[in-house]
Amino acid sequence: MSMNTQGRPTRPGEADGAFHPKTFTGNRGLDMEEPLIFEFGSLETTGVDLDEDDGVQFELGGHRRQDEIGLPGLAEPEAMRHYVRLSRNNYAIDSGLYPLGSCTMKHNPRLNEKMARLPGFGDIHPLQPVSSVPGALELIDELAHWLMVSTHMSAVAMSPKAGAHGELCGMMAIKAAHTAAGRDPKIVLVPESAHGTNPATAALLGYKVVSIAAKDDGTVDLDALKATAEEHTGNIAGIMLTNPNTCGLFERDIKLIADLIHAADAYFYCDGANFNAIVGKARPGDLGVDAMHINLHKTFSTPHGGGGPGSGPVVLSERLAPFAPLPFIRKTDGGLELVETTSATTDGEQPFGRMTAFHGQMGMYVRALSYMMSHGSDGLKQASEDAVLNANYIRVGLQDLMSLPFGERPCMHEVLFDDSFLKDTGVTTLDFAKAMIDEGYHPMTMYFPLVVHGAMLIEPTESESRAALDLFIATMRDLVMSAKRGETDRFSGAPYLAPRRRLDETAAARKPVLKWTEPEPAEVSPAAAE
Amino acid sequence: MRYLPLNDTDRSDMLARIGVDSIDDLFADIPANVRLNNLLDLPGRATEMEVERRLSAMAAKNTSAGSVPFFVGAGAYKHHVPATVDHLIQRSEFLTSYTPYQPEITQGTLQYLFEFQTQVARLTAMDVANASMYDGSTGTGEAVLMAHRITRRSKAVLSGGLHPQYRAVVEGLSAMAGDQVVSLPADPGGTEDILAQIDDETSCVVVQSPSFYGQLIDLKPIAEKVHAHKALLIAVFTEVVSLGLIEPPGTQGADIVVGEGQSIGNGLNFGGPYVGLFATRQKYVRQMPGRLCGETVDAEGKRGFVLTLSTREQHIRRDKATSNICTNSGLCCLAFTIHMSLLGQAGLTKLARINHANAVKLKTLLAAIQSVEVLNSAYFNEFTIALPKPAGEVVERLAERGILAGLPVSRLEPDSKEVANLLVVASTEVNTDEDRAAFASALKEVLA
Repeated sequence: MSMNTQGRPTRPGEADGAFHPKTFTGNRGLDMEEPLIFEFGSLETTGVDLDEDDGVQFELGGHRRQDEIGLPGLAEPEAMRHYVRLSRNNYAIDSGLYPLGSCTMKHNPRLNEKMARLPGFGDIHPLQPVSSVPGALELIDELAHWLMVSTHMSAVAMSPKAGAHGELCGMMAIKAAHTAAGRDPKIVLVPESAHGTNPATAALLGYKVVSIAAKDDGTVDLDALKATAEEHTGNIAGIMLTNPNTCGLFERDIKLIADLIHAADAYFYCDGANFNAIVGKARPGDLGVDAMHINLHKTFSTPHGGGGPGSGPVVLSERLAPFAPLPFIRKTDGGLELVETTSATTDGEQPFGRMTAFHGQMGMYVRALSYMMSHGSDGLKQASEDAVLNANYIRVGLQDLMSLPFGERPCMHEVLFDDSFLKDTGVTTLDFAKAMIDEGYHPMTMYFPLVVHGAMLIEPTESESRAALDLFIATMRDLVMSAKRGETDRFSGAPYLAPRRRLDETAAARKPVLKWTEPEPAEVSPAAAE
Repeated sequence: MRYLPLNDTDRSDMLARIGVDSIDDLFADIPANVRLNNLLDLPGRATEMEVERRLSAMAAKNTSAGSVPFFVGAGAYKHHVPATVDHLIQRSEFLTSYTPYQPEITQGTLQYLFEFQTQVARLTAMDVANASMYDGSTGTGEAVLMAHRITRRSKAVLSGGLHPQYRAVVEGLSAMAGDQVVSLPADPGGTEDILAQIDDETSCVVVQSPSFYGQLIDLKPIAEKVHAHKALLIAVFTEVVSLGLIEPPGTQGADIVVGEGQSIGNGLNFGGPYVGLFATRQKYVRQMPGRLCGETVDAEGKRGFVLTLSTREQHIRRDKATSNICTNSGLCCLAFTIHMSLLGQAGLTKLARINHANAVKLKTLLAAIQSVEVLNSAYFNEFTIALPKPAGEVVERLAERGILAGLPVSRLEPDSKEVANLLVVASTEVNTDEDRAAFASALKEVLA
């Protein structure tokens, strides 16, 4: 029965703005405090009804578990409420603009989710007979085709599980190619502005990382690169370069860089994290790239899911194609064949090994293909153009108040500011970002790339409307003006209005608490004991 | 285009505001000779209905596990996932959130990661677990690298019971990094003498239990010998449900535990995305790869969670990082955590008992067929049978009869004649008595 309005006040009384009730529960209306499952679940409870087993004689040898596992269970309504409440403490693309530079937080179409859950994709086993999954091979091959055409590359290794895994795959292909040619170079060149995964990947394979400086305009210093290439001549395995780079700029000298690298008997690895800016506008294969991973969870809209799963297929040039890892799909007159082992390879196929069990992130392939098919060649180009347009719209909306480290030039899909506009305000980049939270925005990427001071990297993506951009720009302008007026309280304690105030990360790292443990029983006070 | 909010009026107004004549002016940094003037040679945009039609047609060509008697395991398992799980992981706030780098507005993600880490630590009986790896196989590769860092040695010994594709991942990574790997031959019955392989140069021994062939392995004597040589024991599992019934690696002396968590909360998905579980001893925590979530307090003293010990990670340490991993399996962790919270230990134990009971029932039926030999003495929900003819052919003939019967080992080990007739079969809670009877009678016919 709904509430009758008869006889009850239907307009609010006079508000007392000063009164903030301290609640008994700690909740604040819809903002709820939620304990850990270990604090309210019960070891006896289960939210899954299962049949009885039939008392079969166990055949476990002497391997039966003896200890208490210590996992509480929740009835279904308890679980539903717990996780719904947790979800409400999260910011998400679906709830607001998420301008994390280099992360491409674009809309995640729900059609993709629906397609990935078709039983013919979601409920097939990686090792059931290949003859029972022709549609799966067809899907992978179709996505591979879209990726190769949009990059103009010869082959694609589909299996890497995320961007960094794709980098590893690409660099392993490069290493295999050198080994096959009887070379053993020891150095990988990485610009200072690179993602941390680049040097980490090179180091994982035993390479020494040599840093390449940037010019004042934020792009690779070709002269410095030349000098480094000469200094280490014959000993360079390759370069790992992000393009468009992490300053949001297209490397104008990209072809010269590629030529220089190739002349040094080295390979050009391109970090494809920023591919979203140029799909349908330029193809890595035309830029001299030998290998590039594509973050399906950035450019092609598969959801980030709070940090994963990702998917990082690697497109390869003709020279690297033979070294693509297992498994791969071979096209023959008889149809598609799945090559899973070295003994199934034929002439010219020299896989360097295997990146993962099974065949990679099928669930992400379906979503990415659904996205690409939806857009088509015209929509993909339009998406890139809108992404770049939106970033530049923000740039011109803010450049008079905030500081562009490389001058007022067009950017690609993200715009980089530094913190010089905050000089003498007493507000740091971090403070500024946290104040954005109170305004209902997720902060931009901060302190990255490392090449500018107090970096703020803003990537709106093509998913934002003009009205959303206008409000964002107006909000940012208000924040900047506020900082310049010396209203430091708005920043130094921010966020004030989020589910949590600023968290003590130093304490977390000093004495790490990485799992829940039963609290010690409270000491019984002498008074109570009497 | 339905996903793009800008219209042509917006676009021209915005270009004017920016102060350029055309969109191509914003792409002027791309050298003219490599700028694309034509559309990519791909089909044009498609309606939602059209995309659905084309992808559904592809999906319809595949035989889904739920549509037939299904007995394939070997590293990925068909289980029933409660409807609640898939509903909750599709909450926008979980699905469309990024890595929780701004903890004030991502406590939802961080709290479930903390719950996940606690669950994994308790399941494995280890001190600490991380916030996931890509999957069990890549986690195993990372575990070997971690052991090398800790021991400052570079030789890994891999049991012949390790999943062949996990072995391939470790071998590939090790070959590239210049490390040594000793891989023992296929060991269906768990009878190999791995102790003889351990010496003072050994960094780590990698043992899977239940093994790829389903055999339960006693890790304790291996742990003892490994520790006597100041090396580490890496214990691997691919079926996490087994931990509801069998002794966890943590109480058997494992130093690093790596597992595939797909069975809980996650579908088969043709092999991915899955969720790698990774746990270790407290003293090795700073050598761990991957993200860690830790407890702390906020400025008002309220409990909260943050990503922590990030000085191990690539975005801080770059070429000195413990791993290059960045993205993990966030949403798959969530599915795991929700499903495990629903089960609780009461449900998990029962689920594990049903799985084991179903495998025992299947084993009894198959063992009764003349010419079929069961190779395992102790197993969980999966075991290996030796057939009188190549298992690959048998599986194809069973598939023609509508039964997906298991994995012929030869598919992953085509060069090993010894395993040509071996079939690895699994039976989980989804199989009925009718499924098992159909399998046994069809196998009998095929072998006759």
